[in-house]
Amino acid sequence: MDSSQLLGITTFAYLFSSFCYITILVFRAKKFGMAATLVTTVAFLINSAGIGLRWYESHQMGIGYAPLSNMYESLVFFAWSIALFYLGLEFKYKNQTLGAFSMPFASASMAYASFSAQFGKEIKPLIPALQSNWLIAHVITCFIGYAAFAVACGIGFMYLIKARNEKPAQGSILASLPSLKEIDDIIHRTLVFGFLWLSAGIITGAVWANSAWGTYWSWDPKETWSLITWFVYAAALHARFTRGWGGKRIAWLAIIGFLSVIFTYYGVNFLLSGLHSYGGN
Amino acid sequence: MKKNDNMLWRFFASVKLALITLFILASTSIIGTLIPQKNPPAFYIKEFGPELGRLFQILDLADMYNSWWFVAILALFSINLIICTIDRLPNVWRMVVMDNLRQPIDTLAKMPFRSSFLITGEMATATATVKKIMTDGGWKAKADEKENSTLLFSQKQAWCRLGVYAVHLSILLIFAGAIIGTVAGYKGSIMIPEGGSTDKIYQYGTNKPIPLGFEVRCDSFKLTLYDSGMPKEYRSDLTVMDRSNNLSFSKSIIVNDPLDYRGITFYQASYDALQGLKVEIYNKKTGRQQGFEIPFGQKTSWPGTKVEFGIINMQQTRGMARLKVWFSDGSGNPETFWMDGDTTRTLVSPDGEYEFYASQLYATGLQVTKDPGVWTVYFGCILMLVGLYVAFFLSHRRIWVYINKEDGQCRVLVCGTSSKNKLGFEKDFSALSERFRQNDTIQTT
Repeated sequence: MDSSQLLGITTFAYLFSSFCYITILVFRAKKFGMAATLVTTVAFLINSAGIGLRWYESHQMGIGYAPLSNMYESLVFFAWSIALFYLGLEFKYKNQTLGAFSMPFASASMAYASFSAQFGKEIKPLIPALQSNWLIAHVITCFIGYAAFAVACGIGFMYLIKARNEKPAQGSILASLPSLKEIDDIIHRTLVFGFLWLSAGIITGAVWANSAWGTYWSWDPKETWSLITWFVYAAALHARFTRGWGGKRIAWLAIIGFLSVIFTYYGVNFLLSGLHSYGGN
Repeated sequence: MKKNDNMLWRFFASVKLALITLFILASTSIIGTLIPQKNPPAFYIKEFGPELGRLFQILDLADMYNSWWFVAILALFSINLIICTIDRLPNVWRMVVMDNLRQPIDTLAKMPFRSSFLITGEMATATATVKKIMTDGGWKAKADEKENSTLLFSQKQAWCRLGVYAVHLSILLIFAGAIIGTVAGYKGSIMIPEGGSTDKIYQYGTNKPIPLGFEVRCDSFKLTLYDSGMPKEYRSDLTVMDRSNNLSFSKSIIVNDPLDYRGITFYQASYDALQGLKVEIYNKKTGRQQGFEIPFGQKTSWPGTKVEFGIINMQQTRGMARLKVWFSDGSGNPETFWMDGDTTRTLVSPDGEYEFYASQLYATGLQVTKDPGVWTVYFGCILMLVGLYVAFFLSHRRIWVYINKEDGQCRVLVCGTSSKNKLGFEKDFSALSERFRQNDTIQTT
């Protein structure tokens, strides 16, 4: 068993997990709840093992590094972060309808990592700029933030769907979702959590840049886009805290914010050029 | 207050302005990620046509993040932060230090969280009981005891209301650090050939020489490759020589591990393969050793010996050089052979035995930075994270207990409020209420 097999299984496990949650939601089959959580937990453990084994394999090859250094590895870690964040959310709110709106992001990330021919999956040694412990701190903080934003986006959709019909019929799919007030609260808390980690991610990136290149900020497209994302969420949080924005507006901001995250993470690497270009292969 | 009536003050203190500024910053920042930055004017005219190219020049789009208008938006953002903070902080500070025992009694019954109880007996004993329950529950209370009534108050994390202002301050600190770095620091670069040294560097953009105040020597530069041909490590052995205090020390730097001396930092940034070559010969018999820097294709002699040598051919593969060497020590036939650069070969002749080392001569490219503002920036970063945590995850929780004598009994009203996280506070509050309920001398109403 090698890491690529484990990560291949992870893809299907997350897809299955998403399928379970969507089934529970669509057929109101709450009795499968336990199974869905179990599938997700196992998928998460396989994902963890896959990352761990890849780390170990890189050491076996004599080029040991944390597997967080290229697009493939970051997508795998993104999926891992989403699953971890979601499991925490499910545990906290004891609500499984959230899964149908969160786990598809983890599946999508894993599926894209596995099936896209765009980037190499082989373990490759690190170029000198990436040989730093700040790499680990930077990637982990960023992706915890990104994961929270992905889930906030999913739950933003949940809010907008639920808000289309304020008084759904008893026993309908919409009625099984949490109340608008609760969804709104979850979105807000998730955004706040993500914002703290995004800030930490930008800061660790700046410290790293300073130790590698002697500038903590150089307005490189990736840096600039992370700052744009930060501005978007900062605006969303201010709108809520001081002007009482909530409901649909915050739901939309959660979605727009995540689009900015996607562009920062993915778009910049492929559409713009800059210091992070190594992330593209 | 007068300042509240001032239109200009209200404008700069408003959150609306903050939202608009954030929006403008976010959207204008995009421009510089789409238009390549810091290219010469000719580039923009060629890429975007003469009209657009000229417009770019007027708007300084070639270096937009340093342009007058972008800096103006950042300045507006800072003024907004400062005025907004000055405007709100006094009220928030009053909330933090206020004497909550002076809370009007009639407002207590309107608090979001309430529960009430009865205690039979005297005020003094009832007060003592309540105090004990609160202390046991982690809510150590202050009391205002009057003849027929007592008000107790306890709070947690009142200071967390300041968290958001810590975040505002942190942003200003980061800006301040950036300004310090721009005004009092510099960024430049220098190429030093192996064996060479410098006491000045050249500023980016202007190419102006900047004296260092000490000397830096490059003892050697080494490029290591992975088997795949990818670069594995760039390493420069540097020696700092400071005549002002007769200090001299060496450090080997790699990317991500720079050299720091007197606030000036030297980063491994690039390298250059030079025309010359580096040779070291060690005569095993005599124990003599000598280093040489020689040009390509020229015969060199080792003074005081009969040794003569030269590099007569060279091949470059994947950044590594293979060298063809001609060597003679006057005894036997001269030798010619191929060797890899940066390796040592043993040569035996009738008269001696030699360790012959040869390598391509490199120059190391160093980025040199002096940034006295960086610690202000880092302090701002830490303050930001702490401030965000405090502002988002801690809440100012307050609990009052009002005891008054009514019909020979003591009525106890427990009430509380929290600045945020109502759910978390609800748990705290019901845990405290539960302690009252559990007490035998207390009846629940």
